[in-house]
Amino acid sequence: MTPARIAIAVFVALLAAGPLYLPPFYVTLVNYIGLYSLVALGLVLLTGIAGLTSFGQAAFVGVGAYATAVASVSFGLSPWLGLPVGLALTAAVAVILGGLTLRLSGHYLALGTIAWGISLSYVFGNVEGLGGFNGISNIPPLPLFGAAIQTAQDFYYLIWACVLLALAALVNLLNSRPGRAIRALRNAAMAESFGVNTAWLKLVVFVYAALLAGLAGWLHAHYLRFVNPGPFGVGYSIEYLFMVVVGGAAHVWGAIVGAGLITALKTWLQDILPKLFGSSGQFEVIVFGVLIILLLQHAGGGIMARVVRLFPPKRAAAIAPEAAPGLPRRAAPARGEAILEVDKAYKAFGGLVAVNGVSFEVRAGEIMGLIGPNGAGKSTMFNLITGALPLGGGEVRFRGERIDRLAARQIVRRGIARTFQHVQLRPTMTVLENAAIGATLRGRSGVAPATLRLDRAEERAILFEAARHLRRAGLGDHLYEAAGSLALGQQRIVEIARALAADPVLLLLDEPAAGLRYQEKQALAALLRALREEGMSILLVEHDMDFVMGLVDRLVVMDFGERIAGGAPEAVQADPRVIEAYLGAAS
Amino acid sequence: MNFDIALLLIQDGLTNGAIYALLALAILLVFAVSRVLYVPQGEFVAFGALTLATLQQAKVPGTAYLVAGIGAVAMVVELVAALRERRRQGLASSALLYVVIPTALLGLAVWLAPQKPPLLVQVLLTLALVVPLGPMTYRLAVQPIANASVLVLLFVAVAVHYALMGLGLVFFGAEGWRTPSFVSAQVALGPMTASAQSLLVIAASAILIVALWQFFGRTLWGKALRATAMNRTGARLVGIPTEASGRLAFTLAALFGAFSGVLIAPFTTIYYDSGFLVALKGFVGAVIGGMTSYPLAALGAVLVGLLESFASFYASAFKEVIVFSLLIPVLLWRSLMSRHVEEEHDE
Repeated sequence: MTPARIAIAVFVALLAAGPLYLPPFYVTLVNYIGLYSLVALGLVLLTGIAGLTSFGQAAFVGVGAYATAVASVSFGLSPWLGLPVGLALTAAVAVILGGLTLRLSGHYLALGTIAWGISLSYVFGNVEGLGGFNGISNIPPLPLFGAAIQTAQDFYYLIWACVLLALAALVNLLNSRPGRAIRALRNAAMAESFGVNTAWLKLVVFVYAALLAGLAGWLHAHYLRFVNPGPFGVGYSIEYLFMVVVGGAAHVWGAIVGAGLITALKTWLQDILPKLFGSSGQFEVIVFGVLIILLLQHAGGGIMARVVRLFPPKRAAAIAPEAAPGLPRRAAPARGEAILEVDKAYKAFGGLVAVNGVSFEVRAGEIMGLIGPNGAGKSTMFNLITGALPLGGGEVRFRGERIDRLAARQIVRRGIARTFQHVQLRPTMTVLENAAIGATLRGRSGVAPATLRLDRAEERAILFEAARHLRRAGLGDHLYEAAGSLALGQQRIVEIARALAADPVLLLLDEPAAGLRYQEKQALAALLRALREEGMSILLVEHDMDFVMGLVDRLVVMDFGERIAGGAPEAVQADPRVIEAYLGAAS
Repeated sequence: MNFDIALLLIQDGLTNGAIYALLALAILLVFAVSRVLYVPQGEFVAFGALTLATLQQAKVPGTAYLVAGIGAVAMVVELVAALRERRRQGLASSALLYVVIPTALLGLAVWLAPQKPPLLVQVLLTLALVVPLGPMTYRLAVQPIANASVLVLLFVAVAVHYALMGLGLVFFGAEGWRTPSFVSAQVALGPMTASAQSLLVIAASAILIVALWQFFGRTLWGKALRATAMNRTGARLVGIPTEASGRLAFTLAALFGAFSGVLIAPFTTIYYDSGFLVALKGFVGAVIGGMTSYPLAALGAVLVGLLESFASFYASAFKEVIVFSLLIPVLLWRSLMSRHVEEEHDE
């Protein structure tokens, strides 16, 4: 057993025996920690992993709590029915709010949720049917086979069962196909180029976090048997965020550590600070404020980041199997077929014409080089093909179909995979997980099957495929290292393996040899030649002349946005216009 | 509703809107220069109002001790940083800003407060006491991680809000205060009579906004701030120190906040925690301006004031709900306008 597993086992055992040795006051305290942990788990996913901030989580707790309160008190429904009612309502509100703000920069979501959080707490306090500021009391306990879940001890087990299940579900989710896409959300352009609908996925994550808060609300209502607007205000939303920041936003256990620490600290401070200041009031907020400022300045990442640094996990979460059934492959085009046709492509940025009527084609099974001096428009051309920039004029066709109006995630679906000039890897994910992002479109499992671990067969196939491409590219010894710890040249190779995992017909490489040493360039060239032998088509944008000349079948040379030459490497090298573009006019 | 009530509501809305506009501009300025979403702007409003209220009771305001205390902490932090970097440069001005001026202000407040000086002196003393908290906040909370992501800076801002609000409770107590009107006359304006107090607020806000505009357009430091807002790296390359720009932005924001507090104090009872909600209305204005446009933000803030005034007439219990729900159509509009995939480089 690894130390991490032992620690978790001890924690669960201590937790399970809690009511046997904890005095009632502490049972209540631990119950609260459990409720807060549920909300904080959602925030770990939302903020720590997907990079979205919500100041409205307490309001979602409120929606869940008030929904079941009204359903069971005003309508006399079973408290068990209050859960689906509350979750449905929470999800509906989250969809509306997320739909409005998730497409904008992150800070709009933060501001939008602050505003909505305040609005909602006033709604709770002012609507007749919700009992105003006095709230709703006499909420029934949870009936269970003639008895009821109603004491603090009863709820202790129910709450913590929910917390541990939610934690396990989140761990499962993160270690899966949709989970990797969620972890890639901060590199939205990269995620999109491997088929991830980032806008949709952000909404899914936002709703997921809201549902965890809604569940906490349902437990809260039937545990306390009373709801009022107080615990659902913005102040509590801020506290949830603090818990996550203190515990460690990027780590699932950070939610529980943070919730436990902040709750314990708050209880303790509320006890001693009024004695210090000689009057009562919320003095603990000063300590919290200063604590958070210092933590962010000196120990970003929270407690769990420290723990993980001290006790690095011995085994990566995602392990490639020794063997697995292959993923379905795309039908390959006939060798020599013109698969990519660029027809009079035009792009201007204001008055600057970056690409001016450039035409060329890439045929199946060949390596085509796109070269030119700095500022020639190569990268712009590359971005036009990949859908990163809209075309100003002309057409781009792939296997006969126009693709210049498609989004990046629709282009990759048709069999074009790319690398990035500035490496776009998730530095904290392993090399294997990064490469597996490439195979996103070759799997089907969504959030629900991933959470329930019904996706394992497909997951093995995806990881096997990713590992296969990495081994082939020479990174077999680095599968389980953090991608950010590799040298820049190796990171470029990971990008190529990731693109290959998408099973492309056409591979677009943006300066793959930059930052590579001589031997590494030789190895890369050998890999690209082997891929060509298998029928892969490759478009290469490159600076390094030696690398390009020995490798490509044909070349297109651009200068000042125009095509100035094209053809076999030898012919291009002898072309006087090319010599002039690179070396200047021989006057 | 009849015509007279409508006029009264408009007058009310414009008065509050003028104050929100000051806050919206300060929030925008701080965001543009330092990328901090300045949630604690509201605390400066509360500190301004409560400091003035305390001075009117001929007592020494808690702010005087707070400034001296936080200044001392800032000085210690500055000394440690200087020691670590083995530099002496900047220590003299730090000592002036964090120790000498706050101590002098404390002395001044202790000497002046019991004499109950005229209103203008009280207002000036209030501003002098509250404004130094701006650059101190920047030095202590923001400067050490000025290059962090917007998200981390937002967490810092929220933490500062918490800390300052708690300190407000310690130094001002839980009691709320409302100051008497500066002027009590009624002025006839065509068909309506306006309270001179409202006109004073609107005029004072307008003067401050014009001053800010002139500062941006005419002075070297104003242009430096605009340059920093446009391109931080570029500004640093041409010799504009980021720290100084940040400090200046926070100083101006503190001035605008404290001044708003002075202006709002006669209209509503202010508690130590009242600032948050007031500043959030400034935020709504700033969001209407897309967090970039000063005129749109000011206009948006006035709109917030008017909406709030009419909402309080029709459905006073839902006043805040209506004001903050205004954000929803604004965000929808912004969302429909935006076409690009957002790239966040937060690690």
